Amino acid sequence: MAALKGLITKGSLQKLVFSNVRKEFKTRIFARCSHFTYVPDTPKANHGETTRMNLFQSINSAMDNALEQDPTAVLFGEDVAFGGVFRCSIGLKDKYGKDRVFNTPLSEQGIVAFGIGLAVVGATAIAEIQFADYIFPAYDQIVNEAAKFRYRTGNLFDCGKLTIRAPCGAVGHGAMYHSQSVEAQFAHTAGLKVVIPRGPIQAKGLLLSCIWDENPCIFLEPKILYRSAIEEVPIHKYTIPLSQAEVILEGKDVTLVGYGTQVHVLREVANMAQERLNVSCEVIDLRTILPYDFETIANSVVKTGRLVISHEAPVTMGFATEIATAVQEECFLNLEAPIQRVCGYDIPFPHVFEPFCLPDKYRVFEAVKKVINF
Amino acid sequence: MNRLLSRKAFKAFFKLHEACCLTSTQYFLKPPRVLVNKAQYISEDRPEFPGSKSEFVHKLKFLWPEKMEGIPVYRVMNRKGEIVDPSEDPGLSKETVIKMYKDMTMLNTMDRILYESQRQGRISFYMTNFGEEGTHIGSAAALNPKDLIFGQYREAGVLMWRGFTLDQFMNQCYGSSEDLGKGRQMPVHYGSKDLHFVTISSPLATQMPQASGAAYGFKRAQNGLCVVCYFGEGAASEGDAHAALNFAATLECPVIFFCRNNGYAISTPTRDQYRGDGIASRGFGYGMVTARVDGNDIFAVYKVTKAAREICIQENRPVLIEAMTYRIGHHSTSDDSSAYRSVDEVSHWNKEDTPIARLRLYMINKGWWNDDAEKEWKRDSKKKVMEAFANAEGRKKPNPEMMFTDVYKEIPKHIQKQMDQMKQHVHAYKDHYPLDSYQKMG
Repeated sequence: MAALKGLITKGSLQKLVFSNVRKEFKTRIFARCSHFTYVPDTPKANHGETTRMNLFQSINSAMDNALEQDPTAVLFGEDVAFGGVFRCSIGLKDKYGKDRVFNTPLSEQGIVAFGIGLAVVGATAIAEIQFADYIFPAYDQIVNEAAKFRYRTGNLFDCGKLTIRAPCGAVGHGAMYHSQSVEAQFAHTAGLKVVIPRGPIQAKGLLLSCIWDENPCIFLEPKILYRSAIEEVPIHKYTIPLSQAEVILEGKDVTLVGYGTQVHVLREVANMAQERLNVSCEVIDLRTILPYDFETIANSVVKTGRLVISHEAPVTMGFATEIATAVQEECFLNLEAPIQRVCGYDIPFPHVFEPFCLPDKYRVFEAVKKVINF
Repeated sequence: MNRLLSRKAFKAFFKLHEACCLTSTQYFLKPPRVLVNKAQYISEDRPEFPGSKSEFVHKLKFLWPEKMEGIPVYRVMNRKGEIVDPSEDPGLSKETVIKMYKDMTMLNTMDRILYESQRQGRISFYMTNFGEEGTHIGSAAALNPKDLIFGQYREAGVLMWRGFTLDQFMNQCYGSSEDLGKGRQMPVHYGSKDLHFVTISSPLATQMPQASGAAYGFKRAQNGLCVVCYFGEGAASEGDAHAALNFAATLECPVIFFCRNNGYAISTPTRDQYRGDGIASRGFGYGMVTARVDGNDIFAVYKVTKAAREICIQENRPVLIEAMTYRIGHHSTSDDSSAYRSVDEVSHWNKEDTPIARLRLYMINKGWWNDDAEKEWKRDSKKKVMEAFANAEGRKKPNPEMMFTDVYKEIPKHIQKQMDQMKQHVHAYKDHYPLDSYQKMG
């Protein structure tokens, strides 16, 4: 027990002699701490000076630009004042004052409704929901109020200046209440825009577009990228258009469509397919889930004849279902193989089983083989 | 008979809390004179509106919360471990008090080891209970062990009191094959059917209206039990908290709402959370019997919970308890509280006012405890925690097939198909999946 004593008194488990256990543990957990390899984007030359930023810093930079340009803009949510639990708002309260960057009481429905009210009177409202998994108390306000404000008032009133930000997606250990991908829940609601960036450069341009867009937007930030995704990001403001997908890798045999973190999985699969199967994949980042850019996908499918769609969210009624349906309606005669969906299983996101439930590169790779060999 | 019992229960409660609590009836029928000038012009008619019961006044007076006196904090034992008013001494046996102390300190030891283990990446997440041990053990000790608990996430001491074993705690945190929750939830999401503790869910305040419903079920079942719902002062801002309290009051549910007001919701201080007099002041608004208690005084927590339970059971009505305490630890292992509160503030509470230190002083005063006993217990408790820790760390994770069960009572065809696909895929790519750490798939 001498080893145990060391642990307690020195506050360190290093003293503990459980070497076998530790070795096994490291293999067990760290072998799969990340299910993708991040490939940084390069900034556009015309966006000017850049600096190294990770995802939370680029989001911070976007909000900094928005608060600077527009004196009506306010940023709020749970724990936002000290910088937010993911540090996205760090430094902004000190820079713009506590009346513009502030904590709210702990109520998601309150946060969203407060944002709607601000937007209705013409202020730019940036509302943070701490985790996408916790957005559901606000579901009524988002779906019945924000999404329908312009429509039900005959365009007399609107809340287009509202942007709701929320971290989403798998993170390695988040289990069912810190890992969900909720985009499909909102993609079923006309009147909303739903956006998911794949990295820091994209995040800043897309978030500024959401903030300045005249419709309520939900901006979902893949939380696993907050620290792990690092790029040279332009320091000044710039926008990336909403509802435009991007072909991030051109190819001729198979079209791979995804968004957020999954884009990086698809990029890796494209490499695997090239190396192991001599198959050329075209990778598309959808970027905006609603209203989505069907044309870019269709053009690609017309060229390749094969489509694999992948997202972390459960497969049944996931956004892949919408894309697959629309593609078979419009491109039926172009298809060489049935469209494949490689998505989360229809289960709540489980803690220790994450390595087995993610739509990882091996599962997507299998789907590529399937459409090629059909 | 019930009537008699109920009066008795009420009397006991009023006696206990004369100094620290108001009932809704007192609040509404006899508004404090500072607030409403008992005007010269009170009419002989009384208002007959269906929504309120009071009297007419003919001078406009707003109610100014700033002018209300704060709700007092009930305390039995001071910081020196002395019983302030001997008539309030709960008179617990040496055996019970020592169990209280041992459970609080065992919780403390477990917290330190699991916190450290997370820092080293051995478990994915942890939340300590530092500073709030008194609210857990004091309330748990006053309940019937079959009273149903709906917790938030920082109530591990309640389970410890009821006999949740160190192995069970550790297996949950590791998500091992022995975890009662089958490895599906993050650490600290404990639950035990045997111990009448509904499994923790991460979203805040969702358990609160559920507790009201469960209590209504208990009332109809006439099982003589109540439901206890723990929540924080931050969670009390959620819409669910309002629904819970209002449902419990209007539907007369035997439920104790136990608020742990520890000063912070992650980084958000109470000043940003509410502007009323804590959570207790809301009790009157809902027509609920309410008390505020010093959460660092385990005897006061015990007494208020015991009395509240009597009211719940005898009167079939809810009681709100607000236990004032301080979160000495960070919110969780994902948080560094030095970013929003001073280290001095934390160390002040840690040095000056913890429930553990207070009870230890009481025990020493009584001659029930001394330095040798403390040393021996510390050694023993650490050893026990480390053994359970090592055992859990050595265990395999559950069979991956178990991620597909319990979604529904039965496995629907489409999920069965997905399970089969997963097994086939993992088999084909077995070098890429950590199969050795999991129990074998069928």
